[in-house]
Amino acid sequence: MKAVISVTGKDTTGIIAKVSTKCFEYGGNIIDISQSVMKEYFAMMMLVEIDGLNVPFSEFVDSMTRLGEECGLVINTMHEDIFNAMHRI
Amino acid sequence: MINTNDILETINMIREENLDIRTITMGISLLDCISEDENRLCQKIYDKITVKAKDLVKTGTEIEKKYGIPIVNKRVSVTPVSLIGGSLSPEGFIHVAKTLDNAAKSLGIDFIGGFGALVHKGATPSDEKLISVIPEALSETEFVCSSINVATTKSGINMDAVAEMGRTVKRTAFLTKDRNSIGCAKFVVFANVPEDNPFMAGAFHGVGEPDAVVSVGVSGPGVVCSAISRLGDCDFTTLAEVIKKTAFKITRVGQLVAFEASKMMGVPFGIVDLSLAPTPAVGDSVAHILEQMGLEVCGAHGTTAALALLNDAVKKGGVMASSNVGGLSGAFIPVSEDAGMISAVGRGALSIEKLEAMTAVCSVGLDMIVIDGDTPEDVISAIIADEISIGVANTKTTAVRLIPAYGKHPGDTVDFGGLLGHAPVIKLNEYSPSRFISRGGRIPAPIHSLKN
Repeated sequence: MKAVISVTGKDTTGIIAKVSTKCFEYGGNIIDISQSVMKEYFAMMMLVEIDGLNVPFSEFVDSMTRLGEECGLVINTMHEDIFNAMHRI
Repeated sequence: MINTNDILETINMIREENLDIRTITMGISLLDCISEDENRLCQKIYDKITVKAKDLVKTGTEIEKKYGIPIVNKRVSVTPVSLIGGSLSPEGFIHVAKTLDNAAKSLGIDFIGGFGALVHKGATPSDEKLISVIPEALSETEFVCSSINVATTKSGINMDAVAEMGRTVKRTAFLTKDRNSIGCAKFVVFANVPEDNPFMAGAFHGVGEPDAVVSVGVSGPGVVCSAISRLGDCDFTTLAEVIKKTAFKITRVGQLVAFEASKMMGVPFGIVDLSLAPTPAVGDSVAHILEQMGLEVCGAHGTTAALALLNDAVKKGGVMASSNVGGLSGAFIPVSEDAGMISAVGRGALSIEKLEAMTAVCSVGLDMIVIDGDTPEDVISAIIADEISIGVANTKTTAVRLIPAYGKHPGDTVDFGGLLGHAPVIKLNEYSPSRFISRGGRIPAPIHSLKN
């Protein structure tokens, strides 16, 4: 199972480092990243395998949201099924 | 990897356009709770509901977290109480209502529906006893919702019941007068009521349903409105296409949530109700969709046509997205719960007559409309009769949820708070239907009910 983590906010140094460190702490395996910076805004999508998480998924979601709040970013963590359901027949 | 634009579209729908799952509703049969002893009946009802739905709120919260989509309400619907309370006294029915209320409280759910009866062809003594205490039951409970089906296309309209409904609405308004007559917001009168509707106040668990079932009601007027606004001035075919595609996406999320909830609780999946259910929040209005289509204000000439297009496209888009569609499925037009409707009534653009016309082409009926607190009972009954006839003649569900707010008159505004919103008191026709309503009996079923 995979989750999509989206990160948006003002660009600073170390955003990818912070998010990926947090994923590593919880046992998430990053399998794809795409990111771009438009003017001073940062946007990143991360696809993370969540089968090996060492906490329940809901705790992982909360922890990523908290990380976002601490760093002044908006981090959404959602199970990939919602995107598959909505955009694929 | 999933397309980045698709991800952003989904996140935007949820964060900016108020896409949510309006309700996960568990239907529970109470037929096996029947007992001659009132206390035993109530105990069995309490036990069954609190055992069957014990994980409902927890499941809803977990799904919310997993998919990042808000689930606004968790609800329970039960077998119409008149069917299980044959041996009760009228006071016994109030006891059952309070039992349902306690069960809802202990589960932490938002509403419990089913304190009602099906009297479209006539009422049993049990139905009559239940109906006689609806005002008391609604004023003495917090979470209980009540609905009465007074007509079907097959059986015609039970006008004795319609006359009684006017009295019931009026008395409910009086007994909850200290809270803007809010009891009436929890009471709805139906024609052709569906047995699997997950939306309140009309949800109940039909007798043809299994022991327990999970259904989901989706929402998303804001998403449709934004999609139309991005289109600009296109023709109607393109407009309908975009609404269909948007409805498909919304409903797919509903199907996903329903399937997941059913799996997690070990309860069969019932239906997805693909309704556009507004809230008073800005950007979550059905009226604003109609205005986005090109009407200056909702209620202007053209509103019925716009709503018909919207309702049809929502169904066409949604039906392929779910394995089982049911309930009310269509666009809701509750006045107090829709920022655009509230403003349209306030500006004098939207009248009760126009609302009635709109109900011929949309999902339900005259909903959450605040009327003069001094409106006579027979006028309320006559409004119900008109609306119910539209349902019977068109083989569709229609319903009436009117609030004759005690002590309020045209020009006043009434605030219910939360999802129930606020609304100006709407003006009614001043002439009397008294002689017509007092006739009693049944209006026969229309000729097209004879389909066999």
